[in-house]
Amino acid sequence: MKPSDPPTPSSSRAAEWRQVLAEYLGLTVALAILMAVFSLSAQHFFSAITLRTIANQIPSALLVATAMTFVLVIGEIDLSVGSVLALSGAVMGVAMAQWHWPLWASLIAALATGLVCGAFNGLVSIRWRLPSFIVTLGMLEMARGGAHAVTRSQTQYIGSAVGAIADTDILGFSLPFLVAVIIVVVGQLVLSRTVFGRHMVAVGTNQEAVRLSGIDPRPVKLAVFLITGMLVALAAAIDTSRFQSANPNAGLGFELQAIAAVVIGGTSLMGGRGSVVSTFLGVLIIAVLNSGLASVGAKDEMKRLVTGLVIVAAVIVDHYRHRLTKARTV
Amino acid sequence: MPDASPLLEVRALGKRYAAPVLIDVDFEVRRGEVHALVGENGAGKSTLSRIIAGLTLPDAGSMTFEGAPHAPRTKREAERSGVRLVMQELNLIGNLTVAENIFLDELPHRWGWIRYRALHDRARAVLDPLGLGALHPGRRVSALGIGQQQMIEIAAGLSQRCSLLILDEPTAALMDAEIEHLFAQIKRLKAAGTSILYISHRLEEIQRISDRVSVLRDGQMIASRPTREISLDEIVRLMVGRELEQLGERRPAAPGPVALRVAGLSRKPVVKDVSFEVRRGEILGFAGLMGSGRTETMRAVFGADPPDAGEIYVGGATQPARLRSPKEAIAQGLALLTEDRKGQGLLLPWSIRANLSLLCLPEISGLGGWIRRAAEHDQAGRWARALGVRCHSLEQRVAELSGGNQQKVVIAKWLARNCDVLIFDEPTRGIDVGARRDIYRLITDLADQGKAIILVSSDLRELLALCDRIAVMSAGRIAATFDRGSWSQDQIMTAALSGYLGGNASASASETTVADAS
Repeated sequence: MKPSDPPTPSSSRAAEWRQVLAEYLGLTVALAILMAVFSLSAQHFFSAITLRTIANQIPSALLVATAMTFVLVIGEIDLSVGSVLALSGAVMGVAMAQWHWPLWASLIAALATGLVCGAFNGLVSIRWRLPSFIVTLGMLEMARGGAHAVTRSQTQYIGSAVGAIADTDILGFSLPFLVAVIIVVVGQLVLSRTVFGRHMVAVGTNQEAVRLSGIDPRPVKLAVFLITGMLVALAAAIDTSRFQSANPNAGLGFELQAIAAVVIGGTSLMGGRGSVVSTFLGVLIIAVLNSGLASVGAKDEMKRLVTGLVIVAAVIVDHYRHRLTKARTV
Repeated sequence: MPDASPLLEVRALGKRYAAPVLIDVDFEVRRGEVHALVGENGAGKSTLSRIIAGLTLPDAGSMTFEGAPHAPRTKREAERSGVRLVMQELNLIGNLTVAENIFLDELPHRWGWIRYRALHDRARAVLDPLGLGALHPGRRVSALGIGQQQMIEIAAGLSQRCSLLILDEPTAALMDAEIEHLFAQIKRLKAAGTSILYISHRLEEIQRISDRVSVLRDGQMIASRPTREISLDEIVRLMVGRELEQLGERRPAAPGPVALRVAGLSRKPVVKDVSFEVRRGEILGFAGLMGSGRTETMRAVFGADPPDAGEIYVGGATQPARLRSPKEAIAQGLALLTEDRKGQGLLLPWSIRANLSLLCLPEISGLGGWIRRAAEHDQAGRWARALGVRCHSLEQRVAELSGGNQQKVVIAKWLARNCDVLIFDEPTRGIDVGARRDIYRLITDLADQGKAIILVSSDLRELLALCDRIAVMSAGRIAATFDRGSWSQDQIMTAALSGYLGGNASASASETTVADAS
């Protein structure tokens, strides 16, 4: 038997670029078409103001969707992100409005709240081998209850003291937008280029094979739930700053929006396949769809109907694309 | 007396998957006879019975049943013409009751409401003759032991009228008393004119209850004879065969120091007090029948299913090693190449490169776990070349590779981790003949380089050609160990069957017989 020579790095690099192109081309084209359609049908859609509005709206969605990408890649799910967002925001709001903590201390309190919720999700599902669907469903209720308890169901009006985060502009972009983009980039690099990322994909692909290869899947899972808790808390801080208030009803249904964005991006609900950049494009598609439909005067019911159709269509397209190319995942 | 005209006639039946499983099989079952079907693991017994029962379609040949052509495409079609199969694996639904499982196809009901009283009456009528009168038909199946579940499976098979009942290893999980009840039922069915095709490893049972014996070997029907005209020894000889494919005899290696010693290893319910040692440069084979506990033993050694009792010593250590997880076992230099290559050995949608680097990512990564891609690519290329993995590129998904090349990737993955003790579990299952030779050469090369090799295989010829010593497992214990030059196929087969002869006491008795014979 003649051993085949492994190809030179340059040809594999070309192949890699082809794969990157194939990965993102579809979503980018879809996004471009959406923007073209809306700018033709609504005169004022393609303006700096609309784009700024979108850029201001999406940072918290981006952070949560990035976290959700990690969670889905390892083959788990986190239904509690919306409630944890509300609870973290509530803690931050109460800390500032009632206890008069400084911004930095309240931010740390919010992040700690997110971490504790993530630790609960991770530890309970690992220790008792429960499906994360159930554990995070429990957390969805608990954190929502917690948010109402902390705020006594009153929206906490903080005022401009908290506005510093959202109001800081760097090169024309808001600080939250830049933070979110940095986290998307870092998230993508962690997922595709580090040992931890490789382990995440491995755990989502075949947990038993991974365990027999001497890699303990449990710390990987726990880390992902902790990261999720922290990113969700960061999203909560950004929203609290933007609204200058903390609402215990914040983030209702956020978990489903995040999952929708991730799935539109082509990440598999079965685990083992996903990309943070695709999720970013998924979040953009949903945001453009929302503001685009609003600018052509569509009512809320129509927006939801169209968004729902787009989700299903995206998954069907992804199904065929994946079957045709049989792309390797790592 | 059994009627002489055959109930089932099988002519020139053939079936192949990757390799041929059944070749030109001619076979018949007469009316009212108990017909035993024997053969080694992988001889084709189960495939033949599945074809007769409509679960598998043949590639060639024809069958007639009760004089009419028989070509069932589904289990239901076969059942309609009067063939029922009770399978080796349990097909019960744990959350349903005993009675519901037995009559799942035809629950008595009125307007969709199940008539439980009628159902339970009918279930009792089936259970009583099997000695299961004390079992309430309303009990949930999941609450029962494995033996009782097997009896219920059999009861479900007996509950329907049929003219041919196929029992595939029905006694594997049964206790003696249960076996007696089963045999009584077989006799009753036979008296009522039903034919029974009885598949079993337990030759003693076959002598007791069968009228005729057919022997399959490597997919070919070797013999069909009346049971009283054939001895146990003769059956074993027919099962094993004489021809030995020449794989090139292994030169006995000079054994190095002990690399792994296992003492008194047990894990419920399968592994019982297993002790062995393997030296560097040595290939230790594990022979045995399916379900004899070989895979379970290896998983326990590797920490995949930690043992209940026993010690494992690695290298020359005087203290037992703590191996409660694969991670700890790998840190001690152990490697397990599982029998389920696709399900447990590889990440199928991953590239060859990523599979090869999975175990040694820390060595090829820098600060913060950043993977150095050039290092990963070089490392993967080196190992793929060293083992002669045939592929277009290292970026090819392992799912697209042939079985032989997949196995090479698995071996390379562990070699890259530099382990000292490699445990191969069925390394050539589902691999074509050409690639097999490559795998054999790799295994012997590894031993020559000073690795300690444990080779679990159901292919006796493979073991005879490769191993320095062969341990034979039977019913969870090591029944005998043979050195190269002092073994024969018959002795190994006899040892493999020994644990299943009669009660537990005979296991040790047969061990001495084997020792005498050698």
